Amino acid sequence: MLTAIFITIGVLFNLLGCIGIIRLPDTYNRLQAATKCVTLGCCSILVGVVFHFGLSDASTKALVAIPVLFFASTVGAHALIRGTYHFGIKLGKKSVKDDYKETIK
Amino acid sequence: MSNYLDILLYIQIGLSVVCMYRIIIGPTIPDRMVGADIFGILVVGICAIISIQTEKSFILDIGIAWIILSFIGTLTLAKYLTGKKLNE
Repeated sequence: MLTAIFITIGVLFNLLGCIGIIRLPDTYNRLQAATKCVTLGCCSILVGVVFHFGLSDASTKALVAIPVLFFASTVGAHALIRGTYHFGIKLGKKSVKDDYKETIK
Repeated sequence: MSNYLDILLYIQIGLSVVCMYRIIIGPTIPDRMVGADIFGILVVGICAIISIQTEKSFILDIGIAWIILSFIGTLTLAKYLTGKKLNE
């Protein structure tokens, strides 16, 4: 029962993140929404796997996968968004503040 | 229980198809890379749900290997976007 609850929460977060990929107007907005929601959703699915298998080898693998997924996806998104800024993609029309422009001068 | 997890698995596969849509129609190159990055994370969730349904634990190994390969791929693409060579 606990497994179904955690996996439902995870799939719901993934659904919201993918709606963000489709709907948002800007590359930076898309990456921000998608990375946060999808990382939390997949971690929640892996927590559901831990509750399903109990104390066994599969739950150990899931417990190892959670921090690997957390650090890998966030560091990758940071590098990707820095590369996007250096590539020359402009901010969206409704953006009001750009602090990184003064930082890299 | 198994029928309910089937529905969630189909929803998750449909979400990865949404990422494919962003990869195909993305107006610029970084949009396509965002789609590829998110696709690599979603596959881990698919592997986890399949490992519950089949009661086999080696599918989680595939998930862990997929995370690490997707991370290296994302870093390589980000390095390409900044305009430098891979050895500097």
